[in-house]
Amino acid sequence: MGAIITLSLLAILVLYLGLFKAKKTLLPISVLGLVVAAAFYIVLWNKTAIPLFNGMVFFDHFSLVFSLLMIGITVLILLLAKDYFDIVGEHVAEYFALILFSLTGGLIIVSFYNLSMLFIGVEIMSVALYILAGIRKSDYASNEASLKYFLMGAFSTGFLLFGIALIYGATGSFGMSEIQLYVQNNVQNISPLFYTGIILFIIGLGFKIGAAPFHFWVPDVYDGSPILITTFMSTVVKVAAIAAFLRLFWFCFEPLSAFWTPVLSVMSIATLFIGNITALMQQSFKRMLTYSSVSHVGYMLFAILSLGGESANAILIYVGAYSLSSIVAFAGLIAVKRNSGSEQFESFNGLAKKNPYLSFVIAIAMLSLAGIPLTAGFIGKFMMFSAALNNYHIILLIIAVMNAVIGIYYYFRVIVAMYFKPLDREVIDLNLNYKIVLTIATILTICLGLYPAIITNIV
Amino acid sequence: MDNLYLLLLLPVLGALLLGFVKQSKLAKQIALVISLLTVILTIPFVLNFVPDASMQFVRSFAWLPSYGINFHVGIDGISLPLVLLTNGLIPLIILSSFRNEYKGGFYALILFMQSGLLLVFTALDAFIFYVGWEAALIPIYFICALWGGENRIRVNLKFFAYTFLGSLLMLIAIIYLHLQVPERNFELVSFYQLALDAKTQGWIFLAFFLAFAVKMPIFPFHTWQPDTYTTAPTVGTMLLAGIMLKMGVYGLIRWLIPISPLGFEQYGMICLILAIIGIVYASIIALQQNDIKRLIAYSSIAHVGLIGAGVFAWNVQGLQGAMLQMVNHGINVVGLFFVMDIIINRTQKQDLREVGGIAKSAPKLAIVFLVIIMAAIGLPITNGFIGEFLLLVGVYNEGIWYAVFSGLTLILGAAYMLRLYQKTMLGEVNDITLNFKDIQGSETIVLVILVLFIVGIGVYPQPILNISEAAVTNLINQISIK
Repeated sequence: MGAIITLSLLAILVLYLGLFKAKKTLLPISVLGLVVAAAFYIVLWNKTAIPLFNGMVFFDHFSLVFSLLMIGITVLILLLAKDYFDIVGEHVAEYFALILFSLTGGLIIVSFYNLSMLFIGVEIMSVALYILAGIRKSDYASNEASLKYFLMGAFSTGFLLFGIALIYGATGSFGMSEIQLYVQNNVQNISPLFYTGIILFIIGLGFKIGAAPFHFWVPDVYDGSPILITTFMSTVVKVAAIAAFLRLFWFCFEPLSAFWTPVLSVMSIATLFIGNITALMQQSFKRMLTYSSVSHVGYMLFAILSLGGESANAILIYVGAYSLSSIVAFAGLIAVKRNSGSEQFESFNGLAKKNPYLSFVIAIAMLSLAGIPLTAGFIGKFMMFSAALNNYHIILLIIAVMNAVIGIYYYFRVIVAMYFKPLDREVIDLNLNYKIVLTIATILTICLGLYPAIITNIV
Repeated sequence: MDNLYLLLLLPVLGALLLGFVKQSKLAKQIALVISLLTVILTIPFVLNFVPDASMQFVRSFAWLPSYGINFHVGIDGISLPLVLLTNGLIPLIILSSFRNEYKGGFYALILFMQSGLLLVFTALDAFIFYVGWEAALIPIYFICALWGGENRIRVNLKFFAYTFLGSLLMLIAIIYLHLQVPERNFELVSFYQLALDAKTQGWIFLAFFLAFAVKMPIFPFHTWQPDTYTTAPTVGTMLLAGIMLKMGVYGLIRWLIPISPLGFEQYGMICLILAIIGIVYASIIALQQNDIKRLIAYSSIAHVGLIGAGVFAWNVQGLQGAMLQMVNHGINVVGLFFVMDIIINRTQKQDLREVGGIAKSAPKLAIVFLVIIMAAIGLPITNGFIGEFLLLVGVYNEGIWYAVFSGLTLILGAAYMLRLYQKTMLGEVNDITLNFKDIQGSETIVLVILVLFIVGIGVYPQPILNISEAAVTNLINQISIK
């Protein structure tokens, strides 16, 4: 809980710093605050977890690792913010504060133990994001992104809330353990209200993670927002929503899996195909990444489908690998866009000649996203596949494999552009923060790929 | 000194070092030194090897304990010839590139690939095997797509996607087998002990077969191969044809057939027939090729088809022939591609009809090329003879008609190879070949070493056969007991 309080206070402090024009101190103070928050979580490690505040939040290993992952990603993203927000907008402090608020919401989402907390977390996270998406006030795309995101988001929150209400109607409680107890005791005669509630949950959370058929907002919102905000949305926000999804279905709804497995299977397959095939047709690197993030949601739904003790580990590795690679890819895009002014694949042409290091890390990120061995992405896919096979979802698995092969085509387009298409261009200067972030993310990607035992078994 | 981890690690370390070398000359020297070091490191394995059926030089540590993955490697009579082939050919391949200007990154990729190949040939854990399988694929994709010729991007993407689909299906089969093992590990031995029903084994067989068949390639999965070989830089072609396709054959012997003997019972005959169709089909196409590189690419499909047929016949002669012929084919095909590269490089022509009479201006090249051609045809005293002889005996034991059609490879092979020789070396000298410079320096060294191996193995193949005999016999007995 200390972490959540720290972050809330930190965000307000950052807003005031902006008021007093202390631009230079924003980044160090935010990072310091995040480190303190992380420390609060680390202290809780290996202590017996009990639900706190009348069963509102629950800090078990599951919520701790996901929280730490989200804080870590946010630190990396904020490090990239140096010199970035100054260029895209004038009120730099707002960016930092809103990102921190949104992160706070995310932390609540991964540690909820009561459906009302889940709802509060989703709202805190989303409201900050609505503003972030539209933060370039004079830009049409940004405004469109914000409006679309807000309307769609509000709509989906409605579904979520209605789902919570119906489940309350069936069980008489918001508490996770009470709901679990209800399901276990009444497997044979569950109230129809409860089933409807599950469906509404799937719709509401499906919107948040951007799973098909609720993914339509994703491309426009991701495309219209500033790149760094897109990075935040496609990493931290997705981690939070997927963790919530997993916690809810794993903990409460498991005995009813026969009911929701077909629904999620169809969603997963649709998400994979729509994400992958549309990504194949994109000319813009940024849009390709957004669709690829849709397809990765499809893979993540896999883990939820194949519930079990291993799933949490598998999904942790998967989202970790995915987030690290996404950060590298988006950071590369920011650097290239600054240099050439374009987000198209062509703007990467000939990059390897002038910026061998940048091209190398982007190439590793692409290989990891494609799931090639010796990278973290492979270990994630491997665990996902084993979990799915363990539960005999063989047809699903074959579809996933087909999609992995489609993925090769668009991920390799970037590599092809960087390495095989010659073009004379200027050398891109990377500032120190970029180098640090890129190096950390790449080293982690390779380390996880080479020796994944360091992170498995911790949930 | 016979630490297998050290042997696997050295090329990777070399690759890391070379990643930072910008200067071309220095990079070449470092790459050559490192590849020669791996040769030296290989010597203790040969000296300490006991030619029985046991697994030797075994090393293992827990890599991902929660999933039962061990970094378990070892060498037996089936792996050793391929380890020798890999480590023997890499220095020659590196040396053959000395005429061109390549930076450190190029050699880094070659060495990285070497580690992947060695991992495939020594892995005793299916997961490690898969990792090595992919680790060998990525560098060769970059080598071919970065330094290749026309259409390299499209051709190589096809190659990559094709093989990647095959390997993913294999990965699923591996995970499936893993889940059937009571101890939940990926050990080769545990996979051997599984007793699955015939239907399941059939599926497992198909999944593995696709991965290996694409790599070798076996008809009808060969469509990526001629284009890739033709557009790739010569070094890439040598790596692909000389070493990489042996991964497929090795996979058949080590993984596919012993793991799913019942699947092999169901589909073995179809595989044998496919391999033989490949021999005849590729030979006929090779006869009509005018593009030098394409001709050799198709001849390679035919030769590999014969090796595959020998494996699918699954008897001692066939397998022993396959082991020997894998080594031979590696040596011969590297020689062939190198000679072709010399010709194409000096004349700037890829068409058979435009070059001729090279023997007059380059007698040394003509002699070594003749030896290599004879080996490729399989004439006595060359290495190809004994290998193809054993393979045909193996196939004959399976049925006389199989042998008749496989035997066509000798006749057709002689026809297209001699045509190649005649059109390039003999005939009228024209403007292009009038000033053809004979081989010199590093070219001579590479070709002479290859010729020495060709004749050496041709005269006295027993050492290689001795290495693999016990292991092969043991493997066949094991399967027949099931």
